[in-house]
Amino acid sequence: MSVVTWFKRHLVVIAGLLTLGYLLLPNVVVTVFSFNKPKGRFNYEWQQFSTDAWKDPCGVADMCGSLGLSLQIAVWATIGATVLGTMIAFALVRYRFRARGAVNSLIFLPMAMPEVVMAASLLTLFLNMGAQLGFWTILIAHIMFCLSFVVTAVKARVMSMDPRLEQAAQDLYAGPAQTFLRVTLPIAAPGIAAGALLAFALSFDDFIITNFNAGSTVTFPMFVWGSAQRGTPVQINVIGTAMFLVAVLFVLSGMIIGNRRNRQKA
Amino acid sequence: MAVVTEAPPVTPIPEKKPPRKRGKWTPYWLLLPGLLWLVVFFALPMIYQASTSVQTGSLESGYKVTWHFVTYWDSLTEYWPQFLRSVLYAAAATVLCLLLGYPLAYLIAFRAGRWRNLIMILVIAPFFTSFLIRTLAWKTILADSGPVVHTLNALHVLSVTDWLGWTAGDRVLATPLAVVCGLTYNFLPFMILPLYTSLERIDGRLHEAAGDLYAKPWTTFRKVTFPLSMPGVVSGTLLTFIPAAGDYVNAELLGSTDTRMIGNVIQTQFLRILDYPTAAALSFILMAAILLMVTVYIRRSGTEDLV
Repeated sequence: MSVVTWFKRHLVVIAGLLTLGYLLLPNVVVTVFSFNKPKGRFNYEWQQFSTDAWKDPCGVADMCGSLGLSLQIAVWATIGATVLGTMIAFALVRYRFRARGAVNSLIFLPMAMPEVVMAASLLTLFLNMGAQLGFWTILIAHIMFCLSFVVTAVKARVMSMDPRLEQAAQDLYAGPAQTFLRVTLPIAAPGIAAGALLAFALSFDDFIITNFNAGSTVTFPMFVWGSAQRGTPVQINVIGTAMFLVAVLFVLSGMIIGNRRNRQKA
Repeated sequence: MAVVTEAPPVTPIPEKKPPRKRGKWTPYWLLLPGLLWLVVFFALPMIYQASTSVQTGSLESGYKVTWHFVTYWDSLTEYWPQFLRSVLYAAAATVLCLLLGYPLAYLIAFRAGRWRNLIMILVIAPFFTSFLIRTLAWKTILADSGPVVHTLNALHVLSVTDWLGWTAGDRVLATPLAVVCGLTYNFLPFMILPLYTSLERIDGRLHEAAGDLYAKPWTTFRKVTFPLSMPGVVSGTLLTFIPAAGDYVNAELLGSTDTRMIGNVIQTQFLRILDYPTAAALSFILMAAILLMVTVYIRRSGTEDLV
């Protein structure tokens, strides 16, 4: 086989892998530069290998504090959005009621709106109400924009669910609460988990909406943003690398557990 | 002659549920808290913003609604270059995302085999790590003394892009090219995931049928695969274009004052200049423009089952 035919046959694979490389290149750079010892304030040029930053990841003033705050907000926003979103999703899939179309559009709109527009309008509301910008305004905003994504994720799962399973449970004299806890919830769980995971990622990483509604409170993305002007400590790359590793391990273990469950069922 | 794969399992069509007698109000109780949240913190703010955009006054003396619609006209005439730039950059990034994302989505859906999960993880994992850190990494990648710029210079690519106005002075950072590169990078997963979802749904036997009817791979792709993946293409382009048009992070971190997009203007007006009416009018124009484009696009592409 000539080189040309080999190339032609594997064109899709080559192009796909190149795209994957493009997606992962920044992660590689972040990892490599977490071992750098920069001259001056900015960590954009390679100077010298060092593990200083890894030995002292919280050595930068305020960085780990902002990280903790972001985690805290993400956890609460995930809980809030998942509970509210799951309720909406069940109502939309399981019941027929007036104004379903209107509700569906209200759910869709926040996902179709540029973040900067939502951020700015929310800020006008808070300014008009005279609200103190900070933890609570950030949390309110995060629950708001995560909600639609949770609804979409849960809806997809609940829609593919066979309602006859619940009827069967009821025929076997299970009460409504028992049916919900023992049948409905376990089946909907993967959808709810996906929605919660998405909400966590969105909230933890959000910059635009937070930047508008945070006042003087600094979350981790805002700390990174500020450091782009003031000078980027190497520790930022350490956190970035650690986050990537944790995410890969997390998703990997989730998939392994999921596979095992499926195999058990089969 | 291709091997015919096994038919996918047929999912049973659930029977229509008998109407419930009890719990007529249940859906409303389920909806109430979440909808209240969206109305108070999403819909109401939009109304506040609409009212702010027709106010006049100053920070010191306070703002009053004076139905001053001129703000819209003024902000349009003053900031139309940034509007135009936002649309152009976002469109360029969307096209690049489609060109780059399609092969990868295709690879995951049809060719990856046992590597599928691993590739999927590598596409999703960046979602969980700070996008700002990754965007800053592009500063290193595209640095003036870096390998990318060296290579492009050696190939005389930069003299061509300089001439086109995409780059300036044989450097990539702080030019439109860098901003579009950053936008493409940041929103690529939003293209890949819907593409993958719709490609995965395609019945593999259709490819075999096309092959049996003597269609070349490229013809199969053009006549079978691509049309069937249209829902993914449409939602992918929307998910890429809308956030890209409103983004100001890439333009700020990788661009210069010459690459400012409308998001940058809104951010500056709101948070630094504190000219709230202009900022509100600008974000309303952006919103209206995007909703208009999206509506026309969905109509023309004929896929209504997006939501």
